[in-house]
Amino acid sequence: MHMENEKRIGVYICHCGLNIAGTVDVEEVAKYAATLPHVVIARDYRYICSDPGQELIKNDIKELKLNRVVVASCSPRMHEHTFRKACLAAGLNPYLYEHVNIREHCSWVHADKKQATEKAKDLIRAAVQRVYYHEPLEVKEIPVNPNTLVVGGGIAGIEAALKIANSGRKVYLVEKEPSIGGHMIQLDTTFPTLDCSECIMTPKMSEVGHHSNIELLAYSEVEEVSGSVGNFKVKVKKKARYVDESKCIGCGICEQKCPWKVPSEFEVGLGQRKAIYIPFAQAIPNIATVDKDHCVYIQSGGKKCGACIKACEAGAVNFDQTDQVVELEVGAIILATGYDLFDASWIPQYGYGKYDNVITALEFERMTCAAGPTLGKIQLKDGKTPQSVAIIHCVGSRDKNYCEYCSRICCMYALKHAHHLRDKINAAVYQMYIDMRCTGDSYEEFYNRVSEEGVVFIKGKVAEVTDRAKTEEEEGKLIVIAENTLLGKVMRIPVDMVILCPAMVARSDAAEIARKFSITQKATGFFLERHAKLEPQVSAMDGVFLAGCCQFPKDIPDSVSHGRAAAAAALELIDRGSVAAEAAIACVDEALCHGCGICEEICEFQAPKVIVKDGRMVSMVNEALCKGCGACAVACPSGAMSIKHFTRDEISTMIKELAAEKND
Amino acid sequence: MGNFEPKIVAFCCNWCSYAGADLAGTSRIQYSPNIRVIRVMCSGRVNPLFVIKALSIGADGVLVLGCHPGDCHYIEGNYKTMRRIPLLQKMLKQLGIEEERVRLEWVSASEGAKFAEVTNGFTESVRKLGPNSLGHSKQSSKEAKHG
Repeated sequence: MHMENEKRIGVYICHCGLNIAGTVDVEEVAKYAATLPHVVIARDYRYICSDPGQELIKNDIKELKLNRVVVASCSPRMHEHTFRKACLAAGLNPYLYEHVNIREHCSWVHADKKQATEKAKDLIRAAVQRVYYHEPLEVKEIPVNPNTLVVGGGIAGIEAALKIANSGRKVYLVEKEPSIGGHMIQLDTTFPTLDCSECIMTPKMSEVGHHSNIELLAYSEVEEVSGSVGNFKVKVKKKARYVDESKCIGCGICEQKCPWKVPSEFEVGLGQRKAIYIPFAQAIPNIATVDKDHCVYIQSGGKKCGACIKACEAGAVNFDQTDQVVELEVGAIILATGYDLFDASWIPQYGYGKYDNVITALEFERMTCAAGPTLGKIQLKDGKTPQSVAIIHCVGSRDKNYCEYCSRICCMYALKHAHHLRDKINAAVYQMYIDMRCTGDSYEEFYNRVSEEGVVFIKGKVAEVTDRAKTEEEEGKLIVIAENTLLGKVMRIPVDMVILCPAMVARSDAAEIARKFSITQKATGFFLERHAKLEPQVSAMDGVFLAGCCQFPKDIPDSVSHGRAAAAAALELIDRGSVAAEAAIACVDEALCHGCGICEEICEFQAPKVIVKDGRMVSMVNEALCKGCGACAVACPSGAMSIKHFTRDEISTMIKELAAEKND
Repeated sequence: MGNFEPKIVAFCCNWCSYAGADLAGTSRIQYSPNIRVIRVMCSGRVNPLFVIKALSIGADGVLVLGCHPGDCHYIEGNYKTMRRIPLLQKMLKQLGIEEERVRLEWVSASEGAKFAEVTNGFTESVRKLGPNSLGHSKQSSKEAKHG
């Protein structure tokens, strides 16, 4: 009936409900596709990605002996994989498939039905021409290294690490600070249950510290990442603590003897630590660290001080220590690098950094914590107890000048702080909010509870915090000026203390991290997930997963879930045991190659190598190293180098179909 | 030339610009329908000869879109493009083809709006240039292999 080498193409045009069919005349496109060369069948169907839709293709492959398939539907980033699998299931090599994007690139972005239909026809014609040139490619499976790297030891990273470690797999947990714990360990209580953050966090931290499957690399940073999914090579710099980890028992005597005081990062500057320090009592690992920028012994080149050396009975202090680079091999990577807080001093009208008693919510958190610098006493700078406090929501959040998004947790912790202020010191509390957003389990109930505790809610964005009094009553107070939008009235509220709720923002080094791990940031600076709804824990880079607030602001339960989701994704990869290697890679036409070595020079991955074969120099591609970018094919002067699946024929024919005058 | 609708071919890298175009789609940002996208894995795969071919057979403008410098999925593919395209533009000028018919831009996966903006801006500027005389001449439609 048909020749062995005859190309028999099936074309399928998806309606995607009305997503495509609303703008593109799918029946007309199908009729048109049927007229294209080598097209045996062209169909339109409501949802081709559905099981019956896929069955349609599979049946046609078998019954009509199709050997090429084109689907025009959504983005290939969404469903190329689906249809390649359907082809494979029907016995067709998945690389004999071509995907056309007529939704994201056509029906959703053009309103004119005629123009959209013409564009869809053009794109499908080009795909039909291209699929003609497709060759079956062999997909090789490469083994996956069973170890996982987790970067960041906050609650999301800890959860991810513990889940993987508990399943019996090895985890390297890298934390840049001297201790794990992240932001959560700095919190006093957690909403809406008001349970103590330390009490629920420290057992987890301790479990990490003792887990036989977790190798904790604290005070360390990832320097370099190479390789790809299943087989990453990671260089981690272990920063010198100047303390021998194997000898230090965390007794803290060095800290007592050290005469040099520095503002404590953990206490957000409200308390002090020493130049040699353990950041907080429950630190994991419980090992002292020397802050080299503030250590007089280091700064004087060993001429002064040395109190810690004398004090340490274990002989753990070692100023000869240097940074070490550790090389790790892992199959999967989970990034749980967290967030920074918006610098409230960027909004000068709120007076942070100018007025002593304008503080951030995290500072207040440390203040209410019984183990904090004030031992839980809520106090003004002068030590007095505030009689009245204003809590300003959305400092940087929901503000087009700074962060347009909602940081999601502030309304809830603002309520928590209001509760503590009422409960502990009976202060008058004013919540200055734009909208109350209390969307989690039992959150609305908590809002109602706090409302009934005598907290005043003023709906309106604060314009200014000032100390310029207009009345006697305002004298010596901070005056919060805001429009109460419900009353339509500008209010001046004199208070003793102002608590700012700063936005959660992407880490200041997020761009650098994104580059190291070859992932992408969103416009907000947070890391981009592969799919906002269906794959929020997966980055665009295969084998690199996201957990917690590095993807977007989250509260603790969401961070925990996200961390576990990332762990499941990593375990899915590891337990599968192997991963399909990129098949669309470079190949050399040895007859054309004259071994000039330009491909060797241009390749970032050392994949091509010029060798002597049958007495002449030719380039040879190491398939395990090639990523299929195509740089070598462009650089090759003789045209010997090509990229499978993106050959010059394949691209040229598309250019021809899309650029040439019609009716030629 | 009142009804001149420029024909625009765009090469988009898989990781950033194609994803950026996808985001324009999911966000329903409308842009001019003159553009036809060819997906390549990396902007570094865009052989200048592909651009010349497109221009020689009828494209009025060619867009090359890649990841922002430093963001390349293949480390430095876009740096290669960054060097190649300006050279190509110089050469086109010497051949009497407006260099504005070729534009290189960086569009990240999160820049759906930028994708639409670049597409619209480029389409408009090519519209102002008018039809590409090279591509519309009769004898240019048969061409040799390049790649």
